[in-house]
Order: sequence, then structure tokens, then C-alpha cells
Amino acid sequence: MRALLLRDLRLALRSGGGFGLSLAFFLIVAVLVPLGVGPEGATLARIAPGILWVGALLSCLLSLDRIFALDREDGSLELLATAPIPLEAVAAAKAAAHWLTTGLPLVAAAPLVGVLLNLPGQGTGWLVASLALGTPALSAIGTFGAALTVGLKRGGLLLSLLVLPLYIPTLVFGAEAVARGAAGLPAATPLLLLAGITAGAVALLPFATAAAIRVNLR
Amino acid sequence: MTPLLAARGLACARGGVLVLEGLDLELAPGAALALRGPNGVGKTTLLRTLAGLQPPAAGTILAAPEAVAYAAHADGLKATLTAAENLGFWAAVHGTDAAGAALAALDLAALADRPAGNLSAGQKRRLGLARLLVTGRPLWLLDEPTVSLDAAAVARFAEVLRGHLARGGAALIATHADLALPEAGVLELAPFRARLRPVTRGDFDAAFG
Repeated sequence: MRALLLRDLRLALRSGGGFGLSLAFFLIVAVLVPLGVGPEGATLARIAPGILWVGALLSCLLSLDRIFALDREDGSLELLATAPIPLEAVAAAKAAAHWLTTGLPLVAAAPLVGVLLNLPGQGTGWLVASLALGTPALSAIGTFGAALTVGLKRGGLLLSLLVLPLYIPTLVFGAEAVARGAAGLPAATPLLLLAGITAGAVALLPFATAAAIRVNLR
Repeated sequence: MTPLLAARGLACARGGVLVLEGLDLELAPGAALALRGPNGVGKTTLLRTLAGLQPPAAGTILAAPEAVAYAAHADGLKATLTAAENLGFWAAVHGTDAAGAALAALDLAALADRPAGNLSAGQKRRLGLARLLVTGRPLWLLDEPTVSLDAAAVARFAEVLRGHLARGGAALIATHADLALPEAGVLELAPFRARLRPVTRGDFDAAFG
């Protein structure tokens, strides 16, 4: 399992691996929104939590279809299915690699991006905390969606349609936690619900992911 | 001697249609069996079924757990990783450290640091076959292993295969080419071809079959 995680990280960092794509997309959203909305600080501060979370969610979505499709194309997925590691562990390793290459850079860049959108200073900590707690759920849910569509050529559209509704609770609680934090209100409740979603997704979805891969490999 | 693999009354389906039925086969340690038959007779389907990638439509498969190493048409190589990294990954997954020996066995040592994407088709195939050695598993299921190999590489692979059989391994090989392996038995699949009809298992899963 560690070998698979290391291989995926190494692949992501090599040319054409797609590392940085999500981060770049996130930064582009944060740069373009103030240009589109206008320079009014108050407006930006009000919409910043929502925009930041929508941006994080969409940039996560961007790299989902690579998770299993590349391994399927070159035959490694079949070979992994016959390897001694259980497919559930493969699914968990894939989700972890996806989070390390997309979610974690977003968390690290969040304070800077918050400034671009005039997020009040007291909201920055909540933004980092909510992204750190919420993005693992995005990766786990996305890995499940990728497994469902792995047999399809150009399954990206179907993947987005399948995954977006499942992302909504994460988005709602994530954005709510940041908005409350930025306004100086207690934000622990949405943050705890976010953590609950992540804990559930990370614990349960690898099993669903493995089952979906088994069906798609037949 | 207990066989490494035994199948009784096996039937395999592809895309919801039966392709093979009534197949019995047994592989003892040290034995090799070549699967022959025209295109589409179900050689790949049979190998995938025996590898556990799809359930049999009927019949039973008895194989030692974790005994099977499957080599498909695709070699499972990552173009941006070097030959040694590709092989090292599979060695780590299978918990062995035979990557260096496997590279040498298929004459790839000089190419160890080249990205797999820069290798020729035959060199990629050799790297894919080297993966079999690092799995440390006794039962090899090979799907057209000699595609794009030159005569020298085929001879080298036959040597590797012979060494594997001598160590108590077994191999089931779907091939059209002559492997220069006189001790290998031949299983002609055409007599087991199923009459064209859908799988009777009419549940929802059949749609994914």
C-alpha cells in the first residue's frame, strides 16, 4: 500500500503527472473573481468563504478522472487487482495520493488566497481548518466516483454529474464554517459536521470503491 | 502431487455471452500448457477467469490462494518511471526484492535507468514479462507473451519459463507462436466453444458481465 502511494506521488511529480493543476486552478479562481465582481472590499469579504470553497471543490474535481483511468489504460489496474494487496487498500492509497497532490496544496495556499479575496483575518484560521478537514472527503468521494466510471471512455462528464451532488454537504458545512469564523461567530458546529463527513467518507468509501472496480474489471 | 490449478466444468462468458463451456483442466507443478484456438475463441476470457478478474459462468476453479501471476496484453508500465522503478514498484507490492535479478534475466540491465516510455515495444514487453519474476508466484497465466519479441528474446523468455517450471512453477500460455517449449502440453480450445447464447444468469449483474 505504501509502495502504491509512493508510486502515485512520484508519477504526479513527473512530467505530465498533473501535480499543481488543481492549485493553479484554485489560484486562477481567486484572481479572477475580484476582477469580475469589482474591487469593493465589503462585497468580496462577504462572498469570499463561498467562492473559496467552490473553487477548492472544482479544482478537486478537475483531477478526479485521472485517478483510475490511467491505470486502467496501461493495464496496471488489472495487475493490481490480482496483487496481494486488497483492492480496498488500493482505493484508500489512491484517495490518499489524490489528497496529497490536490487537497494538501490547497490547504497550504489557502491563507494567501484568502487575502486575495479580502477574507477577514479572523476567518483565515477557519478557512485552513475547514479545508484541512473537508478536502479528504472530497478525495474519498471523488475516488469512488472515478471507480464507478473507470470502464467508460471519456467518463469525465458522467463522473462530475455523479460526484457533484455528493460534494454538496461538504461544501455547505465547509463554507458555513468559514463564513461564521470570518464574522466572529462560533464555527465549531459546522466544522464538527465537516469532520464527521470526512471520517465517514474515509472509513466507508474505500469498500464501495473496491466493489465498483471489481464490477468494472469483469 | 496436488495440482497448482484445477478447473472442473468451467464456463466463461464475455460481454454477457458464453464463449467457453465444459472445460476441465489441471496444471501440476512443473507443467506448462499452451492454449490454442482461433481469434475470439475465449483464450483471454479463460485466463481472466482463472486469474479471478471475472467470475466463472459455471463450474469451479481450485487454485492455491495468491498463486496466480497474470500477464495481460497490456504490460502495466508507467511511461514516466524508469524500467527499474516500474519493476521495483511491483516487487514492493508483492513483497519481494527480485527486481535486479528479473532485469538481468530478461537482458534489461542496461536499460534499467531509461524511462519506460522510451523503450521499444519489444523492450516494454520484456519488462512486462520481467514483472512475472518479481511476483514470486508459482502459477503464470500468460496472454500472448511473445507479441513483438524478436527471435532472440523469445528464446530468452523460453529459458526463463523453463527455469520457472524447474523451480516447481506452472504456466498456462495463450499463444499463436511457437514457444520452442517441447515439454509443454497443448489445449485446443475450439471443441469447448459454447453455442452462441446469452448467459442464463439473468440478474442485474449480467449487464456488467
